[in-house]
Amino acid sequence: MSGVYERIGIARKVQRPTATEFIEQIFDNFITFHGDRYFADDKSVIGGIATLEGRAVTVIGVQKGHSVKENVKRNFGSPNPEGYRKALRLMKQAEKFKRPVITFVNTPGAFCGIGAEERGEGEAIARSIMEMARLKVPVISIFIGEGGSGGALALAVADEVWMLENGMYAVLSPEGFASILWKDASRAAEASELMKLTAEDLLKLEVIEKIIPEPESGIENDLKFTTDIMKNALIEKLKELCAKSTEELLQGRYDRFRKFGNYIE
Amino acid sequence: MNLFKKKNYIKLPASQPALSKADEPKIPDGSWIKCSHCGKPIYRKELDEYKICPNCGGHFRIGARERLKLTCDLGSFEEFDKDMTAANPIDYPDYDRLIAKAKEKSGLEEGVVTGKCTILGYRTVICVMDSNFIMGSLGSVVGEKIARAFERATAERLPIVVFAASGGARMQEGIISLMQMAKVSAAVAKHSEAGLLYISVMTDPTTGGVTASFASLGDIILAEPGAVIGFAGKRVIEQTMKQELPKGFQTAEFQLEHGFVDKIVKRTKMKSMLGRILMIHSREAGQ
Repeated sequence: MSGVYERIGIARKVQRPTATEFIEQIFDNFITFHGDRYFADDKSVIGGIATLEGRAVTVIGVQKGHSVKENVKRNFGSPNPEGYRKALRLMKQAEKFKRPVITFVNTPGAFCGIGAEERGEGEAIARSIMEMARLKVPVISIFIGEGGSGGALALAVADEVWMLENGMYAVLSPEGFASILWKDASRAAEASELMKLTAEDLLKLEVIEKIIPEPESGIENDLKFTTDIMKNALIEKLKELCAKSTEELLQGRYDRFRKFGNYIE
Repeated sequence: MNLFKKKNYIKLPASQPALSKADEPKIPDGSWIKCSHCGKPIYRKELDEYKICPNCGGHFRIGARERLKLTCDLGSFEEFDKDMTAANPIDYPDYDRLIAKAKEKSGLEEGVVTGKCTILGYRTVICVMDSNFIMGSLGSVVGEKIARAFERATAERLPIVVFAASGGARMQEGIISLMQMAKVSAAVAKHSEAGLLYISVMTDPTTGGVTASFASLGDIILAEPGAVIGFAGKRVIEQTMKQELPKGFQTAEFQLEHGFVDKIVKRTKMKSMLGRILMIHSREAGQ
């Protein structure tokens, strides 16, 4: 019934390559690190160090699974506060060693649970957003599947935000949106048409800078098609961003987010 | 053998005719209100400008204008961006009508009032959100006004006090609403880097995207007693966890217990508390 909703189906497809698969295709020497140093290691967020054509980088991703078992382990890609705190720890480490950060976002949203609230899901997201806004190294975020709500934004306050052709990014899942506004989650397809959450819509709204194409045969059948394009784009963009002074970089990132908003004075 | 025989009780008709609306006891409109915390009736005249239940001490929600009156020194408030009003970033159907209704209901142009004032003589920038305006949701205008307030506080080297009262992101503005979280948080960072004080006051309710951005980023975080404070909505958590939530979950007291709030301050003491904190951070005290 709905073209947009069908594409959300593609973004959520269980066979869709996960963050780890993208990272392994694009980077060399990837070493994963664990733990937030406060409470636990959140398995829905992976991260570590790697090289990209010889350049040291920090890579972080929200990790989903391909099976129910794996998805249970990965909490279906919904991070708890520890996930955001681990990501932030790795980002601050990147800042210390002057490495650019690349994040791969693929989450329906931050986890909504009792423990998550007890350990400050809101604070963890807020802190991550604020610290990313002033992180003194280049940051690029790539939406490879779903991007829902503050839980996605917490890893996407970047100098540039890119998205795969069939990715999405929204204030809330279409199901949640329909449930809040119309008290009827079954109207998700209708909501998705309204929400301007596709890569094309987001490019027009300047929420993203670039759309990365997917192969016609489906990305799960030919990941290399997309990662080749992505790798070249990353190498080029990092060259450009690394040439900037810290001041210029941070002012650019500030202005990038400062511009959002439609109002009448 | 009749030992276990059931006694004959008086039988009642299967259903009693329900009391019609007209039969319910009537209270003259507006003179009594029910406390939303303890459920007891309160004679309206017993509620003063603090709007605190005389029985249980529960704090009623109050609007931005009432809050400013309780907080700012008399006549000191000078408003910023008074006439800024919403556009429609994602062409949400009938958004203008929704905004018009919210203006009528709240008597405000948008979900936040910003400006500068003195509190017990100390100069500060102040932002007060209002849950009467589409649940104080974070749309473009709310985001822009708060971001400007932070920028102005940074430029004028002033502290800032933000009273949060919000259900979270404004759904009707879609992704542009989400971007406000980053926009305001980045402005908070600049203010913080300038070595200036930000006091966040969480009032009922502080949830969703406001909790997950500027409200949680204060140098000092105060809360009003009993305020609902959290990230996810209770209904969503119940559905995810498939269990009932513990009593007192996501209240100011719960947040204090878990380490996310510095202090719970009664509304009657809020102004003096803010004044004292501002005094200790003032130039005179610093020298």
